[in-house]
Amino acid sequence: MAQIIIKNVRKEFGDFTAVKESSFTIEDGEFFMLLGPSGCGKTTTLRMIAGLELPTSGEIYLDGEEISQKPPSQRDIAFVFQMFALYPHMNVYKNLSYPLVSQGMARRDVKAKVEDVANILGIQNILKKPVGGLSGGDRQRVALGRAIVRDPKAFMMDEPLGALDAEFREHMAEELRALHDRMGATTVYVTHDQLEAMQMGDKIVVMNNAVVEQFGTPQEIYDKPATMFVADFIGSPSMNFLPFHGSVAEGAQTVDLQGQSIAVPRQMQGASGKLVFGVRPEHVTLSDTGAYRGEVLATEYLGTTQIITLDTPNGALKARAPAGQVATVGEKIGLGFKGEAVTLFDENSGRALRSELNEGIVTHG
Amino acid sequence: MSSFSVTEPSTRSKWFAGSLVILYALITMVPLAWIMLTGFKSPADAISYPPKVIFDPTLEGYVNLFTTRTRQTDEFLAANPPETWYEEIVRQYDMVIAGPSKFSERFLNSVIIGFGSTFLSVFLGTLAAYAFSRFKIPLADDLLFFILSTRMMPPIAVAIPIFLMYRQLGLSDTHLGMILLYTAVNISLAVWLLKSFIDGIPTEYEEAALIDGYTRFQAFYKVVLPQAATGIASTAIFCLIFAWNEYAFAVLLTSGTAQTAPPFIPTIIGVGGLDWPAVAAGATIFLLPVMIFTVALRKHLLRGITFGAVRK
Ligand SMILES: Nc1ncnc2c1ncn2[C@@H]1O[C@H](COP(=O)(O)OP(=O)(O)OP(=O)(O)O)[C@@H](O)[C@H]1O
Ligand SMILES: [Mg+2]
Repeated sequence: MAQIIIKNVRKEFGDFTAVKESSFTIEDGEFFMLLGPSGCGKTTTLRMIAGLELPTSGEIYLDGEEISQKPPSQRDIAFVFQMFALYPHMNVYKNLSYPLVSQGMARRDVKAKVEDVANILGIQNILKKPVGGLSGGDRQRVALGRAIVRDPKAFMMDEPLGALDAEFREHMAEELRALHDRMGATTVYVTHDQLEAMQMGDKIVVMNNAVVEQFGTPQEIYDKPATMFVADFIGSPSMNFLPFHGSVAEGAQTVDLQGQSIAVPRQMQGASGKLVFGVRPEHVTLSDTGAYRGEVLATEYLGTTQIITLDTPNGALKARAPAGQVATVGEKIGLGFKGEAVTLFDENSGRALRSELNEGIVTHG
Repeated sequence: MSSFSVTEPSTRSKWFAGSLVILYALITMVPLAWIMLTGFKSPADAISYPPKVIFDPTLEGYVNLFTTRTRQTDEFLAANPPETWYEEIVRQYDMVIAGPSKFSERFLNSVIIGFGSTFLSVFLGTLAAYAFSRFKIPLADDLLFFILSTRMMPPIAVAIPIFLMYRQLGLSDTHLGMILLYTAVNISLAVWLLKSFIDGIPTEYEEAALIDGYTRFQAFYKVVLPQAATGIASTAIFCLIFAWNEYAFAVLLTSGTAQTAPPFIPTIIGVGGLDWPAVAAGATIFLLPVMIFTVALRKHLLRGITFGAVRK
């Protein structure tokens, strides 16, 4: 249906900058996640795409057409609000038909279309009800119905599951993803839940402090974080950061941690000074032979795996180990790292150093 | 199980609160009942002491209110027997009905001016309140304060300038003049009340309407207005009560064409002695429109008095 290109978009509210020059592309039919902590500018970005907020500068292209200054009614983009915003003075049927009535659609066609959508969402039996008494799930479905009823070019969803309780969220998330796969409509979905973003998204934009930190597929973002913020924000437990003082040369395949030479992906960029060795818990192995050692501080049993917290010469570290592995608190254990999955960061800028691993993802110098 | 509940008041406190309300209602309703009863008394019963609670009801007061009467010679009376029930009532005093009084005209003036200014206040107030609530207006707070400041002294304090101004502009004793005056007094109340109501309506509803393909104005009157109905109704009642009951300006600025009921009713006293039943009848009829209006909108009013706190 539609490709959306965001180009150098910026939004200021008075002196406050809610979104700094941001650029990314949402391909036709993608389920696209806007992920970031509270207040980072996700909603503002979404509202600019929908036309509820006009960017201070920059361009937004919808199917090649520049729309950044157009009113929402001329964009043909649907929006699902966080609290649903169903019209409280209308029943479910009226809510669903409202976007069609504005187009001047004939009454008969409206009825057919609304019933069609009600069937898709399984809400035929509540069409006559006022929206006030609906359950959270039904409200959610009506809000979705109001969005899909007029076949818009794209859907914007602002934390659409945020108002539901945890159990129901998962169910609705599946329903939503299934609905998307069936309709294939471009969808931009805002969330601050990294798990939700990883599970549902085709692509993810990670935002922090009004800035786009990284943009890519869930795998790219997880395996090849471009910044320490992304590495920390994605994954649970998040990536381990072991700060060290030293230098790496271009082409190097090891770094020196406490006198131990540790394998890393071949570096494409030299750096020195305050650096950070980043490794995910599942890429840490415990072995008696490892020369780099840590003391077990705590273990957390998770069923098939366990999380072992260790104290290393470079600070605390979490390792994900098979549940059967024996680790007693106070014990000193040797550690191994899966070299090709390690990311080095420059501590001052917080950015990843370019390496064989993240080549093409991390482009900045 | 204990009957004690944190959220439910105890039976005793319910009874206590109930009796207080009833007592208050009685105190406020006794004068009203007195006026309504007096309207159906004969002049003699009306001033008898001790006051009569049980009496022969008569429509004399109402007939006198709506008519002017003249005394006639016996020959005339004998030659023209009364044809209607109201003429018969008048004949007791050897009088005949000379024509309608000015009361219906004055009452109509009250309706035109009261409802006209109420409509105008609420209409302008809603638009202004919406603008203040939704748009970035330079100096919005100062403007709101300025609007409120028009109520910081009693309106009658500026009676003389207004009197002179109205005379110059030809607005004295006109419907338009009175409507404008009452609107000017009511508008600050309307803006402030309505703003708090509209503030309470989440902007998402309008944004949803914008997304659904409606214009800003359509979103306003199709989505915001229905939800502000409670606020609009209660604001309208407050405005109407003021405009309807206003006396001082009406005395000062109207005398004929645009005279409202409040300054007219006391003039009944002067016509043919102290006609208390006619005055009481006038007061009773005068009370009705506000009562009907309030009862008609009471569903909204009850929710509205809490100023939007209990909306879903
Ligand atoms: N209309 C506005 N006027 C002034 N500041 C605003 C406005 N809208 C948003 N902001 C500010 O811009 C920043 C980003 O807001 P935004 O709503 O986009 O964040 P978000 O990422 O959606 O956060 P959340 O997860 O809490 O919804 C916030 O600090 C917010 O206070
Ligand atoms: Mg938000």
